[in-house]
Amino acid sequence: MAHAATHDHHDDHHGAPSNFFTRWFMSTNHKDIGTLYLVFSLLMFFIGGSFAMVIRAELFKPGLQLVQPYFFNEMTTMHALVMIFGAVMPAFVGLGNWMIPLMIGAPDMALPRMNNLSFWILPFAFALLLSTLFLPGGGPAGGWTMYPPLSLQGDSVAYVVFAVHLMGISSIMGAINIIATILNMRAPGMDLLKMPVFVWSWLITAFLLIAVMPVLAGAVTMLLTDKYFGTSFFNAAGGGDPVLFQHIFWFFGHPEVYIMILPAFGLVSEIIPTFARKPIFGYKAMVYAIASIAFLSFIVWAHHMFAVGLPLGGEIFFMYATMLIAVPTGVKVFNWVSTMWGGSMTFETPMLFAVAFVILFTIGGFSGLMLALAPADFQYHDSYFVVAHFHYVLVTGAIFAIIAGSYYWLPKWTGHMYSEFWGKVHFWNSVVWVNVLFFPQHFLGLAGMPRRIPDYNVAFANFNMISSIGGFLFGASQLIYVGVIIHAVWFSKKKAPDRVWEGAKGLEWTVPSPAPHHTFELPPVIHDDELAHGHVED
Amino acid sequence: MGQQQGAYFVPSKSHWPIVAAVVMFVTVFGAAHWLNAQPGEAGFGKTVLTVGFVGILLMFFGWFRSVIRESLAGSYNHQVDTSFRMGMMWFIFSEVMFFAAFFGALFYARMFSVPWLGGDGHGVLTHQFLWSDYAAAWGANGGGGPGKVGGDFQTVAAWGLPLLNTLILLSSSITVTIAHHALKAGHRGKILVFLGLTVLLGASFLYFQAHEYIEAYKELNLTLQSGVYGSTFFMLTGFHGMHVTLGTIMLAIIWLRCAKGHFTKDHHFGFEAVAWYWHFVDVVWLGLFMFVYIL
Ligand SMILES: [Cu+2]
Repeated sequence: MAHAATHDHHDDHHGAPSNFFTRWFMSTNHKDIGTLYLVFSLLMFFIGGSFAMVIRAELFKPGLQLVQPYFFNEMTTMHALVMIFGAVMPAFVGLGNWMIPLMIGAPDMALPRMNNLSFWILPFAFALLLSTLFLPGGGPAGGWTMYPPLSLQGDSVAYVVFAVHLMGISSIMGAINIIATILNMRAPGMDLLKMPVFVWSWLITAFLLIAVMPVLAGAVTMLLTDKYFGTSFFNAAGGGDPVLFQHIFWFFGHPEVYIMILPAFGLVSEIIPTFARKPIFGYKAMVYAIASIAFLSFIVWAHHMFAVGLPLGGEIFFMYATMLIAVPTGVKVFNWVSTMWGGSMTFETPMLFAVAFVILFTIGGFSGLMLALAPADFQYHDSYFVVAHFHYVLVTGAIFAIIAGSYYWLPKWTGHMYSEFWGKVHFWNSVVWVNVLFFPQHFLGLAGMPRRIPDYNVAFANFNMISSIGGFLFGASQLIYVGVIIHAVWFSKKKAPDRVWEGAKGLEWTVPSPAPHHTFELPPVIHDDELAHGHVED
Repeated sequence: MGQQQGAYFVPSKSHWPIVAAVVMFVTVFGAAHWLNAQPGEAGFGKTVLTVGFVGILLMFFGWFRSVIRESLAGSYNHQVDTSFRMGMMWFIFSEVMFFAAFFGALFYARMFSVPWLGGDGHGVLTHQFLWSDYAAAWGANGGGGPGKVGGDFQTVAAWGLPLLNTLILLSSSITVTIAHHALKAGHRGKILVFLGLTVLLGASFLYFQAHEYIEAYKELNLTLQSGVYGSTFFMLTGFHGMHVTLGTIMLAIIWLRCAKGHFTKDHHFGFEAVAWYWHFVDVVWLGLFMFVYIL
């Protein structure tokens, strides 16, 4: 079947030679567009990371050290916007673009031209966003959550709002494409409940994206009209309420955090069975857990607002609804552990990152549970404890999963093995320094250090210094990652086999490495034992 | 034209996506500059915005022209058709969620923020300290908020133009459905009449809506600045009006395409997509009529 699936000739069927410009700017090829997404996301990872380095350098010692407070606030705001919308989300879309058609036996995405548009909006959106740093009045400095009235100060509002609109349009089109691909382009025999968990996680994530990105667009549009057209949505004198923005924003914002973690769940659910050489434990439970988490994500948003002055009934409802999410999440963690239980495990770099994900994401989940407790949240709110919490979820969660996925499929993309030694060096440096970076922040927060401040009480000096050292070294470790990627793409001599990993199952391993430009031009004939979940009955 | 690969169709490379990304960027870049121009300062924002907007129109024209050509050449098989349908359905769902944000703001203002400012519930202190003489009410007597932002105003009566517009949109939904049935039955003349009627109804809706806006601004002093009432009123009806405008243009183009015989009994996704869109606009209007005008 590998032969039926491959058809390795030049990339344009019309005989027109494809030059650099037409290949990368006018592409309708899911692999090229996926590559664009991944490269863009890596670039944004380093831009956003450099902002984080500024933050950690300023916080290295108490007292104002290097930058002005306004610039510091710009850095915290931009770091978040760039990492969320520029690094994590495009990375998942890139992985989805590359792998979903390969995993379901489709020749490409359902709407290939729209796919290209989804990507090409992004560089422009981020050019617009980042350009605000050079405006005379400076860029946005009110935090990525853009709470009014603070966020309405300054002249950057329009640029930021339009940048967010563009990112939203890109995400919605990307999500529509992914849903149409998964529902309409599966090869015969690829039943919904035989799909890889990664594909399932993207199907549900895409639904979340379409449901909440327009709500964010609405929220920032109201900011725009409040600022420039005299509306009163968030102005109490006119009968509005600044808290209204928080409600609308977090109605988007909470599903958004699952948009950034559900595909990570999917990635880990592919990687762990491969290196444990066992099918995933509780396949259906995994799928239903993702769906339940997605459903619950719509009814928990006000847990970000416990300290804002909600009515008591609201505090209680949102507290219990939030805690309920621990149940399906617990199912997932349990199933990952059970998949490893009794497996013949090996620890190649993707597996190391995946195992670290399970452990460290769970720490982030536990601190999330602490934050969900409304009375306790009055203490934690807006403190470094929150910062520690969501960085465990997003860095050791989402980003570790993205890195794991990139090592897992890099040989499939490039046709060459990456350096396992340097991959492991990257892993151990990352996993050590990320904990040095973020673990002390729990203590800082519990001791009362507020987030988003450039200066702090000397009592917090030691832990901040430790955290900053961890931050610099974690940042530097990512240069190893770039080195490993560059080596694998251009210099590695070691050919990758079709089935790169001994225990790997699924259609993507039936095509050659590197995956030819066009795959599955004819629908593959599917044998259930080739699928990762072909025989899963539970 | 792309290539037919076994059961699958993958379209060829196209320059329209990158053109679209560029013109979208030019548009918002111009708009942002324009919004930030100092009063009295000329600035280049408006020019850039106009260029970008014209670019968007040209881009839509060019992109759809190439898609229509491919469709007429028979490149789009059943599977492609399904992908298009899914794309349109989920696009409409995203539009629903966009309106949901503004309806949410409306409900929040009416149920929570305005009553709280009037001393209800947990807003007692704000009321006492800042606006102790504010009696919360929606509409003319309090929708401008405690600061009477935008000054006194009157509201638009539901049973005048808004009722007429409701009837217009409802009948337009019927006429577009009749046209759809005619298309399936293959009566070209009947399609053109009823689709044409739909376009006219859409245009007359817009005419009356514009009339209502002028009246609101000139006679009722109801403006976008009239506190949260004016904000929600004009943003909801305004975005809806923009969608009606777009829908009317799309219907007119579909009318032209019907006249040219682009659609067959079982191959007319373009027609159905626009019809769905039109029904969606209609349903949003019913929500508006209910919650903005009547209640
Ligand atoms: Cu949340």
